[in-house]
Order: sequence, then structure tokens, then C-alpha cells
Amino acid sequence: MPLDKDTDFGTPAPRGPAGTVSLEIDGFAVTVPEGTSVMRAASTLGTQIPKLCATDSLKAFGSCRLCLVEIDGKRGTPASCTTPVEPGMKVTTQSDRLARLRRGVMELYISDHPLDCLTCSDNGDCELQDMAGAVGLRDVRYGLAGENHGGQAKDVSNPYFDFEPSKCIVCSRCVRACDEVQGTLALTVEGRGFDSHISVGGPDFFNSECVSCGACVQACPTATLQEKTVVEHGVPDRTVKTTCAYCGVGCSFKAELKGNQVIRMVPDKDGKANHGHSCVKGRFAWGYASHADRITKPMIRDHIDDSWREVSWDEAIGFAANRLMATQAEHGRKSIGAISSSRCTIEEVWLVQKMVRTAFSNNNIDTCARVCHSPTGYGLKQTYGTSAGTQDFDSVEEADVILLIGANPTDAHPVFASQMKRRLREGARLIIADPRAIDLVRTPHIEAAHHLALQPGTNVALVNALAHVAATEGLLDDDFVAARCEADSFADWLDFIHDPANSPEAAAAITGVAAEDIRAAARLYASGGRAAIYYGLGVTEHSQGSTMVMGMANLAMATGNIGRRGVGVNPLRGQNNVQGSCDMGSFPHEFPGYRHVSDAVTRKTFEAAWKRPQDGEPGLRIPNMFDEACGGTFKGLYVQGEDIAQSDPNTLHVEAALRALDILIVQDLFLNETARFAHVFLPGTSFLEKDGCFINAERRINRVRPAIPVKTGMAEWEVTQALTQAMGYNETSFASSADIMDEIAALTPTFADVSHARLDRDGSVQWPCNETAPQGTPIMHVDGFVRGKGHFVVTEFVPTTERTNRKFPLILTTGRILSQYNVGAQSRRTENARWHDEDVLELHPSDAEARGIRDGDWVSVRSRKGETTLRARHSGRMAPGVVYTTFHHPETGANVVTTENSDWATSCPEYKVTAVEVAPANHRSPWQEEHTGSASDARRINRDTHVEPAE
Amino acid sequence: MSNLPQRILVPGDSASRSVGADDVADRLTNALPAGTTIVRNGSRGLFWLEPLVEVERDGKRLGFGPVTVDDVDDLVAAGFPEDGHPLALGPVDTIPQLARQQRLIFARCGQDAPLDLPAYEAAGGLAGLARARAQSPDAIIEAVKTSGLRGRGGAGFPAGIKWETASKATGSETYLCCNADEGDSGTYADRLLMEGDPFTLIEGMCIAARAISATHGLVYLRSEYPDAIRTLKAAIDVWRDAGHFKGLSAGDSFDIEVRTGAGAYICGEESSMLNSLEGKRGEVRAKPPIPAISGLFGQPTIVNNVLTLASVPWILAHGGDAYREFGTGRSRGTQAFQLAGDIRQGALIELAFGASLRTLIEDFGGGTRSGRPLRAVQVGGPLGAYLAESDLDVALEYEALAAIGGMLGHGGIVVFNDTVNMARQARFAMEFCAIESCGKCTPCRVGATRGRETLDKIINGEDVTGNLALIEDLCELMTDGSLCAMGGLTPMPVRSAIKRFPEDFTRPLAAE
Repeated sequence: MPLDKDTDFGTPAPRGPAGTVSLEIDGFAVTVPEGTSVMRAASTLGTQIPKLCATDSLKAFGSCRLCLVEIDGKRGTPASCTTPVEPGMKVTTQSDRLARLRRGVMELYISDHPLDCLTCSDNGDCELQDMAGAVGLRDVRYGLAGENHGGQAKDVSNPYFDFEPSKCIVCSRCVRACDEVQGTLALTVEGRGFDSHISVGGPDFFNSECVSCGACVQACPTATLQEKTVVEHGVPDRTVKTTCAYCGVGCSFKAELKGNQVIRMVPDKDGKANHGHSCVKGRFAWGYASHADRITKPMIRDHIDDSWREVSWDEAIGFAANRLMATQAEHGRKSIGAISSSRCTIEEVWLVQKMVRTAFSNNNIDTCARVCHSPTGYGLKQTYGTSAGTQDFDSVEEADVILLIGANPTDAHPVFASQMKRRLREGARLIIADPRAIDLVRTPHIEAAHHLALQPGTNVALVNALAHVAATEGLLDDDFVAARCEADSFADWLDFIHDPANSPEAAAAITGVAAEDIRAAARLYASGGRAAIYYGLGVTEHSQGSTMVMGMANLAMATGNIGRRGVGVNPLRGQNNVQGSCDMGSFPHEFPGYRHVSDAVTRKTFEAAWKRPQDGEPGLRIPNMFDEACGGTFKGLYVQGEDIAQSDPNTLHVEAALRALDILIVQDLFLNETARFAHVFLPGTSFLEKDGCFINAERRINRVRPAIPVKTGMAEWEVTQALTQAMGYNETSFASSADIMDEIAALTPTFADVSHARLDRDGSVQWPCNETAPQGTPIMHVDGFVRGKGHFVVTEFVPTTERTNRKFPLILTTGRILSQYNVGAQSRRTENARWHDEDVLELHPSDAEARGIRDGDWVSVRSRKGETTLRARHSGRMAPGVVYTTFHHPETGANVVTTENSDWATSCPEYKVTAVEVAPANHRSPWQEEHTGSASDARRINRDTHVEPAE
Repeated sequence: MSNLPQRILVPGDSASRSVGADDVADRLTNALPAGTTIVRNGSRGLFWLEPLVEVERDGKRLGFGPVTVDDVDDLVAAGFPEDGHPLALGPVDTIPQLARQQRLIFARCGQDAPLDLPAYEAAGGLAGLARARAQSPDAIIEAVKTSGLRGRGGAGFPAGIKWETASKATGSETYLCCNADEGDSGTYADRLLMEGDPFTLIEGMCIAARAISATHGLVYLRSEYPDAIRTLKAAIDVWRDAGHFKGLSAGDSFDIEVRTGAGAYICGEESSMLNSLEGKRGEVRAKPPIPAISGLFGQPTIVNNVLTLASVPWILAHGGDAYREFGTGRSRGTQAFQLAGDIRQGALIELAFGASLRTLIEDFGGGTRSGRPLRAVQVGGPLGAYLAESDLDVALEYEALAAIGGMLGHGGIVVFNDTVNMARQARFAMEFCAIESCGKCTPCRVGATRGRETLDKIINGEDVTGNLALIEDLCELMTDGSLCAMGGLTPMPVRSAIKRFPEDFTRPLAAE
């Protein structure tokens, strides 16, 4: 479609339920919700009152004074943006006097503005220019020689946008966006009077508190804050609406392009997960899609020590199919499997699991959720009946108490963090359970009521103690429990939770959190109003990950914090489509829709549709695949868009497993760490090329639409389908991604009413979306739990076997940083690398001092599994005894150190607890030496290049 | 009858100290027999007589002034005679410029040490609060409404109605903020009171707190008033120690905290003040919402000027109807006029509304200090209108001043003699606005600078007709288009100067 410019209503819609007000604007009657501004009311009539400081993403401010109107019976000329409608009001938006005033304002603006419109980067997209036209400015009688702000240096320090103060009109939209939209407050206005100017609170944007979310750039009405891509290429000319491919928030974007070149990504105001906001990754870090490292041609090699050979799609797919079939012929039906990607669309994932269940004839399908939120799926299914979070994101706006456990939203889910921060600034109370002092513990205008800095690995003891306090102090919601939950399992749980072993005093000894803090936090959660739990991998990636999920589910049920707005149990899911890949049956034990493979009725359904017998035995989970590969019984693997060699624990073991395979097929954008061990490389497509859907953490099915043509010649689903067919499965086939969605809807009851056509027409929807919930389901379990009655599970604390001792006295835990994303395959290949070009080990100064480690020293981190070397940083965020690192860079080898300890129920790795010792180092670890040495060898490509003779 | 004084009072306020009162007090301490009580009282506001030393003897308060340190020995030697000495003024309360005032707010100012709570009570202090404690909040508001008290900060909004709005607004807290950011040129009434009789302000705040069930009291006091800050803080401590903050309203949390400004004129504008109190940039807020409904930290908030609040104890003690007896039309009660500029007898004159400007300048002020002819008077601070000699018979009340294009503001009256160039004064108005604007709205932020530049062109004789037309357009824009009174009123001095003194704008500077 052509460039899609949103209507800007000038001021936000009033929040909450309200009556309506009828008034007259320029003689036209209009009825709007109470609390609407006169400006917005006029907008709904199609009357655009001139404005510069007003935009509907920000609260009315009233500074530009262009939007003045006349109102019968009111003195003067009030600003329409700051004047709320009143019943019977009669508003005049145009008169000679108003025209004179507006021209006067524009005359003042232009008297302090460079007249370089024709060569300005914002030419054609500038609100100042538009307004000069709208008010009919013809002359600047003050002249242009007066005092002005021209000639100031541009701040080009930010990699993605420039700040040109000479063009600033001091409307404060950037300052307000940083405050109201992002909540970082990095910007302010300094000076007063004519000297007022935007200040970033640091030497420049790059070296400031700015988090580069770009809200200011989007808000700026002039060229003052401008994307570098626009400066370089000019304004875009067409729009494609799509969905971000980074985290599980699932922000809607408008890709703005010029031809097939993306000029900028603009968060979509209509996006129900992000409401027009974004973070530095989504808005700016998409350059990886055209990075020089991107592989766009299929490649094969006989042996992993060979160089890669670029071949045709047919040859690559034929080679892969033959090897897979040969492997099955030699080692049996169950000797091959596949891993689907949470980075890909649900349609693409659907085809991978379908390939396994048809062409492979087994259930050896797993997905990267195995290593992140599999305990969420398990735990919430057991207790509530659905393997997903209970709320939509907007629910947080009605929470009174937020319990945040093992999640760092300002870094990992920044857009949702902004929404949460807004609610906290409105007065909601915050409890944080995290070993590390994350930003939300104390950030501008926000301070957590309680920070429970527990020892890694002791979540269950903590959640039991919280429940113990609620139960023993009479803070349970007995009515809710009686009406909605199982009496038997509740009684058992109540007995269990009353046990003094679960008291805060007992938990204090385990968690290191003072009993009175646990008590106070529990009281706040249980009696502070609507209480919502938000959690991340700090909950799931433990040996008791599933237990902890059920512990939280118990707590929420027992206190009645389920089934309405403002409450719930909400996983902050890591990847853009991790919810979707789970929904699509990427599990060795479950068909799509979380139906167990042992269920004969479900098997029959799929057998009828797919015309192939279905195996009632679960297949291999990822860690089992590795074990079986090392054991010689699992020989072939297809990995779609997941870099298991970097992301999975105990790298040495993973590498050994991959080396043992006869056929490893990697489908990815880049020759990643896993591809070092691959025989077939199938180039993947970036989200800008994909056509399908991602499902975010709130079960929202968002459309992903191709902004640019597929760079590889074949859509990813077509590749999977071709491979499936090459292996002899031809019973069904699809002509488009929309066709795949139709099969998903036909075979998955929770998706029954979903189709691309519907999503294109009505926008995103949250599953279940079917006959009983035709509009989708923002909040789950409203009138009853999906499983019927809520089920309480006894959650006994069992310490991890990963213990500290004299040799490994510290606990290593891992996390993420704002600018980078997971293994960094995408974000490292963007300018984001400038904020975080290496992973560092954070440790408490006292631990550092005891080991003679200075800030910035190289240190070795050694666990029972392996050793790696990285730079140390002293940090007060950590408690003594706990060290922390990120895992964005492959050479860090964080997972060389982590163990295969895993969740008892789902095998989700215990990434968050590894006993280590840290010591000063003057050399890199053996693994790093080997990795660096072999990395480039393993990526050699013999291209069929024709060399021109030298002249 | 002994000739020895029982007490000697030497003003300790900053105005008197600026003319040597501390040295005078020191010298008196040395010159008088040990044991003589020397009290540092507040100023009576008769500045041409400062330091005005008062001697208490035989139930009389005799005045001597202006006393320099060199006069002390002579006065002591002469035994502080009631008359016959060049500095002897006779009984203080018979000094005509004081005797002819109608002091309600300033009745106690200067009588005793500012922190002497028993003296305050003996002089009638605490009577209003006692009456208020015996009444319901609604009855207090009713009394204030009956009194006709209007905001003394300049806007003149009826105080009782404001209080009523806040008392009906819902919030978790209710704030009472006293605006003591007295930034208008030529004004000093707030300072005089806070340094001379701070308890009256505190009592007024306590009554207001009871009326609106305020949970917190704040005084926003400009940093340029270090003495007032010190005195007011000390007075609040004395008040608290005496238990007078107790039992004002449910929750019993009311107390007063003094917050110091940071030198911005605009923070005297109430919404900027609230932002400043919140720790934010002192930037004007758009209205609605009005502070009474959503003010400090989004809670119901009353912002009243020092003099508004200080009028309240008298109203409660004597009743709203008694207060109404003073004044005229819709301007009821008294106003503290402050004489400054080229004036012979600079002084604070508290009078009922309605006295003429001429009375103030000639009868109380004694004409110009320089002896040169009076040419212009600016009433109401730097944003007030410039009036001419022919305007001097205007009655000093809100409506009469508005009728001639002026305003009362905070009661400042600055006199200019015939050497003033009114084009330069108009330019100064724009320059002041350019410097002191909060920088939020365009007409004020950019307009004031362009106004200054355009007036420079006029002063230099460049296209005077065209530029005067441009100034008029700009004045219309600033008046109608500005967000707050700062930009909205800056045209008042400019337009009044052009209107009343056109010759100064058409005569190039070079020709002078």
C-alpha cells in the first residue's frame, strides 16, 4: 500500500469507561466520550485544527498555541488540545481572529528556523512545513536576522538517528515521549525563555541515559530528530504492516519502504501489544536482514571438514532428503528428527512438525521452547488447563500489585516494561524477586516496594513461603477457591503450605531473604488489590522450573488473582513466536493444540487429515536427541532457525552430539555456530520476507507480511514442503501460507476461527478464537478454568544438585541486555553491537577483591563442565556469592560452563544456576582457542565465481 | 518616673539590616547599661525611617529614626527624649503614615520579636484560629466567602470559592501551598510579613488547612529571601512546639514545610510553582485541570499568596462581614500597597481598597525622592501597566484599574520621574519576559525575544510605523495566545507605554 499516514487525533482517547458529551463544532453536531479534548472531537469530524505540540500518543501539553479556538461563553481563545468538551459547547475553529493568531505563531516559529526546506531531510514529512501551509504564512515580518538557534552542530553520535538542534521548535514532544511513552526520562528542556533547548543529560545521545527506543524520533514534528536512513535515502513511499521478530511482546510495525529498501520501521499505533511504541531492537536493529554475512544460496558438503558448495535448491533438497532417508534406512525410523524455530512463523513451524509426523514418521520434533518456557506450558496446563499466560498486556494497566519474578523487562521486554512502568508511576506497587538488582528495583519515579534478592535456585522455597503467609494470615480468597477450584487438591495443598517447613522463617535460611521481607511482600500481594504475577526465565530455567510455575499458579488461585483484568500469571516469553511454536505441536509428546500423542482420538483426526499413521509414542526431546546422538542411535537432524550450538547448555556435549550426526540440515539466515557441524545449509528468510503469523506472549496472533521479496528464491515454508515431498510425502500440499493457516484452523480447536483473511480484516486476535470465543480471548479462565476446576499442586522445595563447594564457591546466573537479543545472530549484526560489544562477568566487589580481580580484568569462569574467559565488571547489582553474565556473543562461550541439569518435568535446562569459580586469567580458555581456530574453517565457502582476467 | 527604657526595639528584618540596623543594635548593646533588653522586632514598613529604633517606656512606644550607628551615643546621652531631638518621632503609632493606615494583615508587624509567640497571642494572634477550631470547615469557607477576600497574588480570584472547590475534590492528599515567591519588581510585602510577623501567615495557613482538610502545608519561598526563610522556618518550629498544628483536621498530619525556590520568576506562577515543588522544571501547566482539583502530585491543591492567607486570621477573628466593611465594589478588605522607585517615603501602606493612586504617592509617599516631576507609575509589578500623571486619581481596586487597562497585581507601585524613556521601558518588559519566560509556549518563548528586537528597531528609528504595527500584532498574539499570565500580560506595560507615551516611540534615540 502507499505510505500509510495515521490520522493524528491530537490528544489520546480518554481512558476508562465514560459517558458521552454532545457539542457543536463549526455548526456540526458531534458526540464524543466524556474527557475528550475539543481538538480530538474536531478530528473525529474530519476537522484538523492546526497543531504542533499535540499528538495523540502524548498527553495534551498546550505549548504551541496553534490550536486556539473560540468557544461561546468562554473568555479568550482557549487551546483546543487542553480544553475538554462540555455538553452544549459551541466551538468555532476558524475565524479571522484565529487565523491571525495562528499565522502569528507560525511567523514566530519560522523567524527562528532555517529556511532550507528543499534540502532538509524531513522535506515532505515535516509538520512545521505542513502547518506553515495550513495557516497561510506568507511573510516573516521580524526578518531572519534576529537572535536564533541556527548553526548548531548536529549530534550524530547515536547509530540510528541524528539530533539537529538548529531545527528544534521546543515543542517538548521528544521529552514527553521519553517520559510518557518510554518512561526513561533521558530528555529534558534546559534553560528558560528563548534559551530553552532540548538536553539529553550527557555529552551526547550515545553517552546518555537514552535507550534508543526511538519514541522521540517518532514524536518529533521536524527534522530535529531523524532516522539516519531517512537522512541518507529520503522519505519512504510505501507501507507494509507487519510484526517485529525480536522478543515475545510482538510489536506491530509499519515497515516504511522506498522500492524494496526498508527506510524505517514505525511502530503501529493500532498494534494491540505495543500501541505505537517500540524498543531499540524492533525499530532500528533490522539491518541484519541485508548484512553481508547473510547466506542466500543453498549449500551442501559431504563432510563437515569440507568447504561449502553453493548448489541449486533442487540439489540441496535432494541431497538432504536422500541423506535423511538413507539414515532412516540404516538406523531406523526414529533415528532422525527436527527442531522447529520460535523465530519462524506458525505456518513454517506447522510444516516442520508435520514433516516429522508424516515424512519422518515419528514424533522427534522439539523446539527451542524446550530450553526456555517449557515449564510454563507444563505448569499452567496442570493447574489451569492451558499452556499459556492468562492475560493480555493491557491488563497490567489495572494491576494494583505487580509481582515480578525472574524477569528483567526493561532489558528483555522493553515495550511491555514501558507499559508496566506507566502503571507503577500511577501508583501500583511492585515486588521484585530476583537475585540481581534489575533496573526496575529503582528507576526514575519508580521504586520497588520489596526487592527479594533470593539465592538462585530457591524460587520454590520463596513462593511457598509467600503462600504460607497468605494462608496462615487469613489472606486467601476462600470464596474464589470454593467456587472455582478443586476442593480435594486445595485441601491437600493447604495442609502442605501450612507446614512450618514452608514458613518465611524456614525460607529465609534457604533463600537468604529476611523472613519479615517475605511476610511483607506476601501481605502486599495477597491484600494489596488486584495482584498480577509476571515472570521470565528466572522462573523456568531451573531444576524445579515446572514446580515454580505451579507454585505461582497455586498462589494466584488461592488469593483469587485469576480470571479478571489486572491479575493473572503471565510468562514474559522470550522469542517472537515461542508461544506459537509451542501451539503448533512442536513437541515430541503433543500434537498442535497441546493434545497428547497417546490420545487416540486426536491421532485419528490427524491421520485422517494427513493420511499417514501417527505414532502414539512420544519422540525425543532436544537433550535426548543429543544424548542419543552421542550414543549413536540418533543420526539425522533438521534444525530450523535455532543455534543450538550456542544456546544450549554444556556446549562441549552439544558439539560432540552434532559431530556424531550423519546428516545435519541447518536452515538459517547465517552460518551460525550450529552450521559448523552441518552438511546442508538451507538459507532462511528474515521476517521482512515472511508471510504468516507470530504469536506473542499474550497468545496474540499477529500477521507478518512480506515487506520485500524473498531473498533466497524460496519461502521457508516452501523449502520445508519441498523437503517433505522429496522424502515421499505428497498426500497434502499447500499453495500459500494462508492455506497452511486454514489447515491449522481446521485441526486446532483453539484456532478454529482464525484465518489470514480474518486477521487482515479485523487485526490481531488472541486464541482461543473459535465458536465459543469468536472475538478471541484477552483474559483466560474468566468464568471457569479451561480444565474445569483449578487444580492445586503440592510444590515441595527440592534443592538443585548443582551446589557450591570449596572448589566452585560462586553461583553463575545468566540474563540478557537491552541492545542484544539471545545468541545475538541478528542484533550483533547491527549497530546495536556498539552498546554491547562483548559479554562481561558481573561480580560483587567483595568477591572480586577476595580474588584480586580488578574492574576490567580478564577472568576465567570455571564450572564442573567447562571453562571460559571474559572480562570482569564490579557490580553492586549482584549479591556477594552470585555472578552474572549475558550470552549474546558466541566467543563468550557462556554455555561451555552451564550444565545439563534440567527441570524434572520438561528437561528445561538449569541455565540460571551453575556453581563456578572465578579467577584472574591471562589467556583464553581452551574451548575459546579451539573455537576461534576452527570457526572460520568451518565456514569456508567455495563459490563458483568466475574470475575476470586481470587487465 | 525613670528615664530608663524598659525595652529597646531595633528591627531585625533584612530591609533594616541593609541600612545598618545590626550595627545600631550592637552599639546600643554597648552603650546602654547591662541588662537593658534589646529586642529585634520586625519592620513597620516605613523604610525612609529605617533603622527605626523604638523605645518602650511608661507604656509608650517612642520612635527614633532613621538611626545610624553614629547617632546612638547621642541618643543614649540624650535619654531618648520623646521630642526635641532631630531623630525623635514621638509615639510610633502616631507617625502619620502609620496612623492613617488600616492595618489588618500587618497590625502586629513590627510590634515585637517575630518569634515571640506569647507576644503574638497577647496582641490578638491565635484568636482567628481559635474561632476556626470551633467551627466546621464549611463554616470557615463560608466566612471567607462572605469576606469577599480575593487572591492577593495578582489574579484576584475569590479565595473562598477556591477553597470550596478543593474541599469538595477527592484525592488521597490535599495540599495547601503558600506562594511566597515574591518576584515582582517593587514588591516586598510578603517578605516584610514573613520576617516581621510570620505567625500571622502560619495561623492563616492553619485555618485554611482546617477549611480544606489539608494534609500537607508548603511554603514556596524564593531563595533571594534568606532572612525570611530562616525566620519562617524558626517560627514554624515554635508553632509546632506549641502544639498549634494539632487537631486541625482528620488524620492530624498537617504541618508546614518551607521549600526554597531557585531564582526563576516564573515559579511565582502557580502551576510552575507546583512543578517546581514536584522537583520538576518550573514550567507552566495548561489548565484545566485547575490545581484545586488536580494540583501538586495530581492531588487537590490550594495555592494562595502570603497576603491572602495572612488576611484570614483577622477574617476569622472578626467575621467575614466585618472584613467586608473595608473596601469598595468587588474589592473588599485591605491591600498592602508597596511604594518604590523614585519616591520620597518608600513604605508599605496597608489600606482598604479604593484609595486613589495619588493619595498613595503624594500623601503617603511624599512625591518623588529626586524632586523631579513624576512621569509614569507602574502598578502591579513588571507586567503591570504604565500609568501617567493624568491617571493618578484612579481608585486602587481591581475593577477600576482594569477599566483603564491596568491591574493591581501584588500591589507594587513604582514611580518614574521625567527622565524615563518609555520605549526603553517597553523594551525592558519584552526583555524581562524573554529572560524569565518558562520557555513553554511559543508566543512567550519566541515572541518576547522578537518583541525586544522589534522595539530595538523602533528605538533606532527603523520603519517605526511598520514595526509599531508589528508590535501591536505581537501584543495581540501574546495576550490571546500565551499559555499563562507571564506572556499574556507582558503586552500590558508595552501597550500602555505606547498608548500613554507615544512620543517616546516615534522619536529616534539619536535625536534625544
